[in-house]
Amino acid sequence: MSMTITEKILARAADKAVVMPGENIWVKADILLTHDICGPGTIGVFQREFGRDAKVWDRERVVIIPDHFIFTKDEMSHRNVEGLRTFAREQALPYFYDPGTPTYKGVCHVALPQEGHVRPGEVIFGTDSHTCTHGALGAFATGIGNTDAGFVMGTGKLLIKVPPTLRFTVSGLKPDYIMGKDIILRIIGDIGFEGATYCAMEFRGDAIAALAIEERMTICNMAIEAGGKNGIIAPDEKTLAYVRARTPKPFTPLYSDPDCAVAKDYTYDVATFEPCVAKPHSPAEYAPARELKDVKLDRAYIGSCTGGKLTDFIAAAVILQGKRVSVDTFLVPATQEVATGLATEKINGEALTNIFKNAGCLDIAPPSCAACLGGPPDTFGRTHGREVVISTTNRNFLGRMGSKDAPIYLASPLTVAASAVTGRITDPREFL
Amino acid sequence: MAGKKKSVISNQQSAISNPKSAIIRSRVYVVGDNIDTDQIIPAQHLNLVPTIPAEYRKLGALALSGLPADYPPFIKRGAAQAEYGIIVAGRNFGCGSSREHAPIALGAAGIRAIVAESYARIFFRNAIATGEQYPCETAANLRTVFQTGDEAEIRLDREEFVHVKSGKVFKLKSLGAVMPVVSAGGLFAYARKTGMITA
Ligand code: SF4
Repeated sequence: MSMTITEKILARAADKAVVMPGENIWVKADILLTHDICGPGTIGVFQREFGRDAKVWDRERVVIIPDHFIFTKDEMSHRNVEGLRTFAREQALPYFYDPGTPTYKGVCHVALPQEGHVRPGEVIFGTDSHTCTHGALGAFATGIGNTDAGFVMGTGKLLIKVPPTLRFTVSGLKPDYIMGKDIILRIIGDIGFEGATYCAMEFRGDAIAALAIEERMTICNMAIEAGGKNGIIAPDEKTLAYVRARTPKPFTPLYSDPDCAVAKDYTYDVATFEPCVAKPHSPAEYAPARELKDVKLDRAYIGSCTGGKLTDFIAAAVILQGKRVSVDTFLVPATQEVATGLATEKINGEALTNIFKNAGCLDIAPPSCAACLGGPPDTFGRTHGREVVISTTNRNFLGRMGSKDAPIYLASPLTVAASAVTGRITDPREFL
Repeated sequence: MAGKKKSVISNQQSAISNPKSAIIRSRVYVVGDNIDTDQIIPAQHLNLVPTIPAEYRKLGALALSGLPADYPPFIKRGAAQAEYGIIVAGRNFGCGSSREHAPIALGAAGIRAIVAESYARIFFRNAIATGEQYPCETAANLRTVFQTGDEAEIRLDREEFVHVKSGKVFKLKSLGAVMPVVSAGGLFAYARKTGMITA
């Protein structure tokens, strides 16, 4: 029987020949990812249920990447990271990326693939809703809670329901001013904030194939903003090259059968896409950027697992080179690898770090989630008042970046950079 | 600590472990559509670890503190728990983050059940896996009938939700395939019962 890529991966992980949408199956996890927010509670559940001396099911497959509350004076946050440290030592975990040491990475969803833990055809569970990011490399990846994660930690398995697939085909030649962010914001705007609840969102077509891996990650990252269980893009040569450069571990890519059945098909011509934003307070509040010229901004923010990758900073730098920002502009590279890239990557011979400095951006922060989710009061970039923010992050919920009075507009790094220059929401085509 | 967690489940014995005979009667707190996890428990409080009993209680005292200011207070100033045992919600309750702190904060605040038009997937799953509360669903728009403070009764055996004052009865959707997990009392209990884990 023909199956989608999501169904095939789950069938393999369940040792079954065939699985059907709606079926509840026990699947084997290839990777369990956790961080400093949900790791302590997950470990709490694991030790409560399996015993204080229990060992994780496979220490090579438990990856702990603290990233949320790192650069803060908050004592409780430090205590939580210390708890992770103790656990990693007791369990002799090889993949604990410890803050304050050279192994520290930054945001888990960018670090996980960069460190070679994401492989096509595999199953990844993570205690974070944006775990769906990793479908960009042809894996099945989804977010779970602490109780489920505690269960995986002890058994390596989880009972899950096979999701029906919504398939999005985006064809045509992608214009330079359109980024992955514009594609996914438009799709979420169309299907709604809960338009993909329980479903797999599979993306394909020439416009998707043309995207760099990091841009594909932006798209899959936001599947959860439509309620999706996972986002997924079939692996291609770019995927295989990315993965092989980062891990020697073997893997078996899987692909949708050409005649597989899906719950719903959506087709788009990428030429109809425009640089856009999501208005407060929902990622589904789609509007073309050009229609919001009157929205005056106080702040621009470039960072997070969605919009803090090297491609995101390159896009912003293309706009900002030789110009000055007119609002406070916060830059937070997602990971150490991205931070290094900012110094080495050049446009017209000028390093990105210099482009941003000369444009008047605030000093680049060390990699972490920072103000993407507000966080402790001393978090870099956190809102405290009525700041109007345009951001490359993924959520603009009420209070998401700290203050309930600070409205957040989500956009691509091109649009955020163009808006930082003018101080109003601006279509980047004005500068390209 | 096992003690705290077990007591949470056993308080709700009638709700979670034995749905066929359960009746939950309480005052309701009414919220709108798309109540996201940042409104249920704002991110700055995620430094609290739910498996530590004192922090579990603190999460309860902070539940729904991210709601817009025009909502009536969910928890009275200085109180540890809400006066409500049931939340009435619209569509897509619990959307956003996978933080289990969300159903836990509501459970610690005394919420034993939610009746919503629909749920975000991870919240629904976390409510069941933790056994913190019963995520009931109904096709009806309850917000034309229920106001915060109204008395309500959930009859799990008959899959009914009753507005006590008016006597109006709303049909709850069946929990279907997750029923065995709910009946067992959460993911771990279910896995033990079905032999997936032995300890
Ligand atoms: S960067 Fe933002 S969305 Fe991504 S993991 Fe961190 S807090 Fe979550």
